[in-house]
Amino acid sequence: MTAVPISYYLVLSAILFGLGVVAVVFKRNIITIFISIELMLNAVNLAFVTFARAHNQLDGLVFVFFVIVVAAAEAAVGLAIVISLVQNRESLNIERVNLLKF
Amino acid sequence: MSLPFVVFFACAILAVAGGILLILAREPIHSALSVILVMMSLAILFLLLGAEFIAAVQIIVYAGAIMVLFVFVIMLLNAGSEERTNFSHIAKFVGVPLGFFLLLLTAHWLFHSPAGASIANGPGSVDVPDTTTRALSMLLFRQYLFPFEATSILILIAVLGALILARKEQ
Repeated sequence: MTAVPISYYLVLSAILFGLGVVAVVFKRNIITIFISIELMLNAVNLAFVTFARAHNQLDGLVFVFFVIVVAAAEAAVGLAIVISLVQNRESLNIERVNLLKF
Repeated sequence: MSLPFVVFFACAILAVAGGILLILAREPIHSALSVILVMMSLAILFLLLGAEFIAAVQIIVYAGAIMVLFVFVIMLLNAGSEERTNFSHIAKFVGVPLGFFLLLLTAHWLFHSPAGASIANGPGSVDVPDTTTRALSMLLFRQYLFPFEATSILILIAVLGALILARKEQ
């Protein structure tokens, strides 16, 4: 039984990361942009696990664990910011948040 | 085609389809559900790579906790479909090619980095040791004990910050 080559996983990770970047740039809903950031973190996690397996070292898996923990903290704080933003702006559209825009 | 290839391609197609659906979906709840699809297929890929602990954490913490938080906030804010602004021609003719260029650049970089080059010609996937979780816990609670404890402080600060930020102004 032949195993899947490591490079396939890396290409999949690159595709998912690219889709996440495109979504961050194109989407206008602030919650969707947050979800796209989670997609990019997932793509990076896949690359971490793949490299950990390729080098037969478990440190990459520990880093994936920490990435997931930090993503949880980021989601909690980010969604709190979204809630207070909606209370102030009455809109989820990112175009409305333009006080610091040049 | 052997079984790992079939599983890999099924999960890869599901993951990429979920990513494309995330971009195409108009409603935030559809985006959230498509990302849950991506996370589930990535969990199966982690199993295929022999990281069963990470696969379980991916499902329990990511798909179970974080995305439920997102769905909860979407329902709390009653988030409808996003407003359409006129999609400028610059975005269409420059943005889309640039997105694909970024994708190609990432794949190219992954292959030609020292780590990528050493495995691109390598033997491919190595045999999976069956005590990954045990070895991982040894590593996590010995060598990485301090970062592990530091994350608990981080979570505590995040909870406090979320409470203060989401509190209604008096």
